[in-house]
Amino acid sequence: MQFDQSKCSVLKGFVTIKDGCAHVVPAAAVDLYFCSVSPGPCGGRLSTRTMLGRTLREVSAALKQGHITPTELCQKCLSIIKKTKFLNAYITVSEEVALKQAEESEKRYKKGHSLGDLDGIPIAVKDNFSTSGIETTCASNMLRGKGYVPPYNATVVQKLLDQGALLMGKTNLDEFAMGSGSTDGVFGPVKNPWSYSKQYREKRKQKSHCENEDSNWLITGGSSGGSAAAVSAFTCFAALGSDTGGSTRNPAAHCGLVGLKPSYGLVSRHGLIPLVNSMDVPGILTRCVDDAAIVLGVLAGHDPKDSTTIQDPVKPFVLPSLTDVSKLCIGIPKEYLTPELSSEVRSLWSKAANLFESEGAKVIEVSLPHTSYSIVCYHVLCTSEVASNMARFDGLEYGHRCDIDVSTEAMYAATRREGFNDVVRGRILSGNFFLLKENYENYFVKAQKVRRLIANDFVTVFNSGVDVLLTPTTLSEAVPYTEFIKEDNRTRSAQDDIFTQAANMAGLPAVSVPMALSNQGLPIGLQFIGRAFCDQELLTIAKWFEKQVQFPVIQLQELMDDCSSVFENEKLASVSLKQ
Amino acid sequence: MAAPMLRLCCPGRRWALACIDGCSRHRRGAPNGCTSSRRRGQSSVAQQPFITAQKPRKGEHEWAAVVGLEIHAQISSKSKLFSGSQVHFAAPPNSLVSFFDASLPGTLPVLNRRCVEAAVMTGLALNCRINKKSLFDRKHYFYADLPAGYQITQQRLPIAVNGSLVYSFCAGKNRSQVINKTARVKQIQLEQDSGKSLHDDLRSQTLIDLNRAGVGLLEVVLEPDMSCGEEAATAVRELQLILQALGTSQANMAEGQLRVDANISVHHPGEPLGVRTEVKNLNSARFLAKAIDYEIQRQINELENGGEILNETRSFDSKLGCTIPMRDKEGKQDYRFMPEPNLPPLLLYDTESLPAGADPQQVIDIDRIREQLPELPSVTREKLVQQYGMLPEHSFTLLNEVGLLEFFQNVMKETRAEPKKVTSWVLNTLLGFLKQQNLAVSESPVTPSALAELLNLLDRKAISSSAAKQTDCILHSHQQCVKLLVSPHPRRLLLLSVFLIADILVGVK
Repeated sequence: MQFDQSKCSVLKGFVTIKDGCAHVVPAAAVDLYFCSVSPGPCGGRLSTRTMLGRTLREVSAALKQGHITPTELCQKCLSIIKKTKFLNAYITVSEEVALKQAEESEKRYKKGHSLGDLDGIPIAVKDNFSTSGIETTCASNMLRGKGYVPPYNATVVQKLLDQGALLMGKTNLDEFAMGSGSTDGVFGPVKNPWSYSKQYREKRKQKSHCENEDSNWLITGGSSGGSAAAVSAFTCFAALGSDTGGSTRNPAAHCGLVGLKPSYGLVSRHGLIPLVNSMDVPGILTRCVDDAAIVLGVLAGHDPKDSTTIQDPVKPFVLPSLTDVSKLCIGIPKEYLTPELSSEVRSLWSKAANLFESEGAKVIEVSLPHTSYSIVCYHVLCTSEVASNMARFDGLEYGHRCDIDVSTEAMYAATRREGFNDVVRGRILSGNFFLLKENYENYFVKAQKVRRLIANDFVTVFNSGVDVLLTPTTLSEAVPYTEFIKEDNRTRSAQDDIFTQAANMAGLPAVSVPMALSNQGLPIGLQFIGRAFCDQELLTIAKWFEKQVQFPVIQLQELMDDCSSVFENEKLASVSLKQ
Repeated sequence: MAAPMLRLCCPGRRWALACIDGCSRHRRGAPNGCTSSRRRGQSSVAQQPFITAQKPRKGEHEWAAVVGLEIHAQISSKSKLFSGSQVHFAAPPNSLVSFFDASLPGTLPVLNRRCVEAAVMTGLALNCRINKKSLFDRKHYFYADLPAGYQITQQRLPIAVNGSLVYSFCAGKNRSQVINKTARVKQIQLEQDSGKSLHDDLRSQTLIDLNRAGVGLLEVVLEPDMSCGEEAATAVRELQLILQALGTSQANMAEGQLRVDANISVHHPGEPLGVRTEVKNLNSARFLAKAIDYEIQRQINELENGGEILNETRSFDSKLGCTIPMRDKEGKQDYRFMPEPNLPPLLLYDTESLPAGADPQQVIDIDRIREQLPELPSVTREKLVQQYGMLPEHSFTLLNEVGLLEFFQNVMKETRAEPKKVTSWVLNTLLGFLKQQNLAVSESPVTPSALAELLNLLDRKAISSSAAKQTDCILHSHQQCVKLLVSPHPRRLLLLSVFLIADILVGVK
């Protein structure tokens, strides 16, 4: 590992981080960060610019020590949001709200009464979480039409605000979170910040493509692509996604982020506009595993408003630094080695397995025999719940209503035709078909049985002594938009959810951790799947892995010349996997 | 008009109708003898008890009617089944609506403990098996007063099953014979009420009031063990008394706290059951009986005239006294049932299965609820018969009139008069007077104490019985007296009575 111990200790001394935060900054970067320190009159103040590339945990420490104020941080993030507007990451930027929250946070810091690690930290929230007083659209005409403004906060949003987090805005997604590209929302597709990274651009130049650069931007993955782009482009330090079949992990992998899908029932869904109630989980997107753990620690726990959350008290999530993995057993599900898997991802996957093995962990091949039925089973269950959940959007209580008033039925029909896109309408139709009395047994009930078998596959594997499963998150790195839209949403979703949705079916915690850049200079993430409610254990292993692989920071200097020094990590090696 | 004719039919009879000559269109069946208990296990279609008409004439067809009921009782609870909104009748429109009730996206149901306890208690009172695990389902249909597009109910595994409702008739000469009948309770399920649609035909618009949306309902499903309107009405009345005794529902039909849908079919005895129709939203016991009897007759007429019965939903028009097809329920609905994913299975415990150290606030113990069961109406009636030597039919009347039992008991407390005498005074004199004046027991100008004192006077032979009753007659007819009687002071009544008695005595002399 190329890690300069002396520099690291400087880092430790400066922001009092005990265990070199997981988002390991290679030596060169550390240099850069400290070059830009400008000792001001108060001494030792960090330039706000240098804060942006940091992890939540680092910035939180800086806030606590007064090296930066919440307002400065907030304004800087707002300016980056403006500069990166073309990414289409945000649907709504809640500038005023954020600045006001920053002001209040600042008062607390001045009094020495900060609320905790999240106080003053800019965050973003996917636009399918209800936010009191802030428009919530689900990227759909159905809600956007009349400007639906929820009168209440989702529990997870409330918990973040209670901790003093600054809500920068609501992020883009596929309409009602139905998709895997963040391309099918009414606000248009989200662009992957990595499309504009130095790492990717240089590789493309080498290959001397003559295509139009601008038209060849990459998708973020989805459906929480807006949240992923927001964190990846330094507009915030953490973002909420939602994860029903991989919607948090998939864009995390494509955007070089940590994407956590907690155990079903650990985090409240109250206020999350549902896709599939029995699989939805609020997801967390951050730059490092420790940050995800901090946010999870705030979000986790029983919510009286969500009867499916666990009653047991949840302890704070503090991740120990694992030094010895020799007692671990890592399972490699053989069914996940599909022909569609790109050779690059496959080779990184096996590299990761070797890494664990070389450090003494037991790595074994395991079988999840019902994996191949997972996608079709997911399709039936997902569309059925979608059909049901979407029934409330009838134009009467809120949201879009058409002008037709011939009859209530005609009004319903036209409202729903105008309000939903083809993808949503298609899923509603299939779902209602599966729920018809004559089909219910043959489709829905069977799919439920298959779901049980899939869940049991995991139980069997974990009972056999496996601690976590190591799998790919996606088939390949992010693809260009033009490439992506060659297939329809349904085909794409089925392909892209292949490694991720089984964890939703079984309610298990899963996390995607960026491992390395592909030959094209794009991030590739791997997924760890843990035992139900062993989220902490899962994250601990993920943290160890993250530390080993040293995934590089995205270099966006061309994108934001003004903030260039933040992103100038020129000497970064694209892959710093331990050798 | 069919209804008056049908009312001639005795309770518990089958319909034996002749249609040929068009004049003797129905015939009374033989009394009693109709308590066949042939059942087909769990089948929801019971062999309907019927009696063969005596010596059916040639060309005469017998008909048996089969009536099953779905009764919706609004649970008496402070808040709604899945939300914290208050439950009140006649509150200003849309003043009791939570975000969940308005189906705002992202809201989730949270089960109200009180409603579960009410369901368990009702289940126990109706001799049901309480399911220790029950499930919630979504029933989908689009309707303006159903904001979510589905109702949360218990279709697959309801909270209570396989019970029975015993109800009794007074039949025979002078209605002095008590006949016990049993309707099987198929199941009791917890479900949400819908909102209310107020149709403004003038402006051709519909207004929606969501105050009622999400209020807890107990749906009690009675197997088709009844055979005419009066049986059904009596069964419903008994259920109403039970719910009121339990306090699980106020069961006031006028306020919509008890609503009945009836499934009705007719068939020839020995043949398979006929196609059934559903008559919806019957909001009074009287209309219930009328609607069922009308519908039975209608179906018979239809079939006799070579027509066929459609499996349809009908409503009862109380003004016209007939059932009519409901236009908005045309076409067969597919409710596309689906498990409610936001509610885990509802688990109940008994003393044996109660987990050690369980938080009593988090668990429901069936045995504890069983201990808290109040006295049920049937027991109360039995006690009255035993304690006071009362005729069974009198015990029925005492319970059937709201507040009358309490009135009777209060009189009993204050008088040394014979129970029989008190019963007679309360049931004949007082109740007769109240009915004549169209007053409820609670509005009675004669208080229990006043009546008690009057009876004491009688007992001491201070006045004669006939004189006292004459007093009563005078009271009834004399407007001025009635006005005076309304005065809250009981002594005034007594003084007045004595005064009038003196008057009468003078008159007699």
